[in-house]
Amino acid sequence: MSFKESILKPIAKLRGGAHLPHSKHTAEKESVVMPAPAVVTIPLKQHIGAECTPTVKKDDKVFVGTVIADSDAPLSVPIHSSVSGTVKDIKKIHQPGGPVNAIVIESDGEMTPDPSLKPHRVKTAKGIVKACRECGLVGLGGAGFPVHIKLEALLKPEIDTLIINCAECEPYITSDYRECMESYDDILKGVYLLRDAFELKKVIIAIEGNKPKAIEKLYEIASDIQDPEDNVKLMCLDTSYPQGAEKMLVYTATGKKIPLGKLPADVGCAVMNITSVATLYRFLKTGMPLVSKRITVDGNAIKNPQNVIAPIGASVQDILDFCGGVDEDVEKILLGGPMMGTAIKDTETVIAKQTNAVLCFKNIKPIRTTPCIRCGRCAAACPMYLAPGAVEHSIDHNFANLENLNVTACIECGSCSYVCPAGRPLTAAMRTGKYELRRLQNAK
Amino acid sequence: MQNKFIVSSSPHLHTPDSTGGIMFDVIIALLPATIYGMIIFGYRAALMVLVSIASAVLSEFVWNKLTKKENSLTDLSAVVTGLLLALNLPSSLPLWMAAVGSAIAIIVIKQMFGGLGQNFVNPAIAARIVLLVSFPAAMTKFYEPFGEIVSSATPLAAEAGTYHLKDLLLGMHAGSIGETSALLLLIGGIYLMLRRVIAPTIPVCFIGTVFIFSLILGVDPFAAILSGGLFLGAFFMATDYVTSPAIPLGQVIFGVGCGLLTVIIREFAALPEGVSYAILLMNILVPHINHLTARKPFGTEAAKDE
Repeated sequence: MSFKESILKPIAKLRGGAHLPHSKHTAEKESVVMPAPAVVTIPLKQHIGAECTPTVKKDDKVFVGTVIADSDAPLSVPIHSSVSGTVKDIKKIHQPGGPVNAIVIESDGEMTPDPSLKPHRVKTAKGIVKACRECGLVGLGGAGFPVHIKLEALLKPEIDTLIINCAECEPYITSDYRECMESYDDILKGVYLLRDAFELKKVIIAIEGNKPKAIEKLYEIASDIQDPEDNVKLMCLDTSYPQGAEKMLVYTATGKKIPLGKLPADVGCAVMNITSVATLYRFLKTGMPLVSKRITVDGNAIKNPQNVIAPIGASVQDILDFCGGVDEDVEKILLGGPMMGTAIKDTETVIAKQTNAVLCFKNIKPIRTTPCIRCGRCAAACPMYLAPGAVEHSIDHNFANLENLNVTACIECGSCSYVCPAGRPLTAAMRTGKYELRRLQNAK
Repeated sequence: MQNKFIVSSSPHLHTPDSTGGIMFDVIIALLPATIYGMIIFGYRAALMVLVSIASAVLSEFVWNKLTKKENSLTDLSAVVTGLLLALNLPSSLPLWMAAVGSAIAIIVIKQMFGGLGQNFVNPAIAARIVLLVSFPAAMTKFYEPFGEIVSSATPLAAEAGTYHLKDLLLGMHAGSIGETSALLLLIGGIYLMLRRVIAPTIPVCFIGTVFIFSLILGVDPFAAILSGGLFLGAFFMATDYVTSPAIPLGQVIFGVGCGLLTVIIREFAALPEGVSYAILLMNILVPHINHLTARKPFGTEAAKDE
């Protein structure tokens, strides 16, 4: 079989979405490891579950990989120290998503790994699920959904498909791409470990067609000799935003639509980010949990765009300093991509497990707004088939109509705002709509 | 480094398209037919276009001043309305009537219902109908191309077979300023489709329905689609975003409805032309069409299967 023929084509076509400029300037640059900053501030909530409780106190000595906080809540995972040094403080900090407690650790500059860390030689599915939690692994694509919950679903025999998400459809971000290019071995071993442990019938590695070099690498993985029955397949997706959103990815890769309010497990799939797969394998190999993250540093206000492997808890200021600084006239700094990322108010903000980019922009053109001209482009772009223009009208006039418009189904991908020629803040309207609808329903 | 960053809600990217850009594309698409109209109908056609646009722009400006609203001239929608109205008028019409028509389109039909995006019927079409009802004689007095000879009959009103298809395509016949050359209107329409300003759904359904329905009724279908204001209406007026459905299925219903009504009015009513009335009637039905064709969110069908 030739190279091209054995790459799967998408089963279904993504409807809606937007065609964005790729701006992936950092794709072909080797990632650089950032040395530990003097102080790291590690937030105690880097997942969608409840905030963790500290397991260390002031003046405790910690090492790289020492557990510093944990929680019994189902959707929470432990948090580890990303440097070796001394706990200086436990205080409230402001992060995107609201105020959160954080542990401040002063680094001793040694980066000594925790002596208790040792490789996990687990081969069973249950062992991997447990290890996943110990690793502190969350979905590294941005949402921060704990990976062990996703893998737990794979224990059920009727769930036999694993989709490995390498779509990376946000402009600028190349951290997953660099993972493919630099961690070939970890991905290869991680993929086959998961296949064997969970006895998966189908593993689909899904990537957008605009990354030919990564496609070649991943193709080698998919056609490895460990795979005589060809369970592991590479799928080349159309380059379209939001291709990497979970619901859209499951639909294009399997043709199955995830019902509203349900998870991929409800249609027999699990979705895992490619960096999560590699991180999981590294944890099993070395025992070192998730303490650092590859961050794309880019934007027109950055002097030297590149991918940086930074310790979790490093501040945006530390990262920008390491990258040679940022232009004086920077106007906006984002954590995450330009479509779904959060604009931060100061550079004290720290990076967390889910952070995949720090983008700095200057000379931002103001958007000229006019009244809605009802061109319908927002509805055509909505991958969830909603009507953002109607929602914007309803939040001004009629909250009760928000339920009919299914505003809660919105995934906040930003496509509607992007395509709007009238410059209406539609994604913001969708968020307001969700909030107002929840308030209305709670009042009942 | 300054610590004052812009904090705004995502997304942080925006398309280069804008409302003004879309309106500008519509103006460009109308230019071939406009210039051709000026050539064959002479200086009066040129004056009509200028007066109509000037009146529309002035009306919008005065309204914004009176109601203390932000200046909205730069979105170019008033220019488009004025231009479209002029193209729907006979070159013989007194200029003051064109000015009144534009003022009605902007003030009564657009601004009084809330301005851009809120009018429930197309302003140019509604204004044309107001003029037609108010000044029926002046509105149906057409000049032949390159002449001052008053022709009582446009190809639609003339005896069957009087006009050759080539003349209809090239627009060498009596009619409103911008409606005569189907070919140039088609070029403009294709430009808008290539620029993705409009989708082909409405024009294709509209013109296709007129073709088929005319064929069924035994009328020459080619003459039926090439004469009257059909191409101008189908490409530039029925596709008005504000007054047409946004969902493809709704656009099909809208286009077919316009086509059926056009033929019914042309063949069975006492009016010479039905395109304007057909679009006007379908404009009024748009909220119902939208309601009927509202989409279910992604994943709703799957939930029902269970």
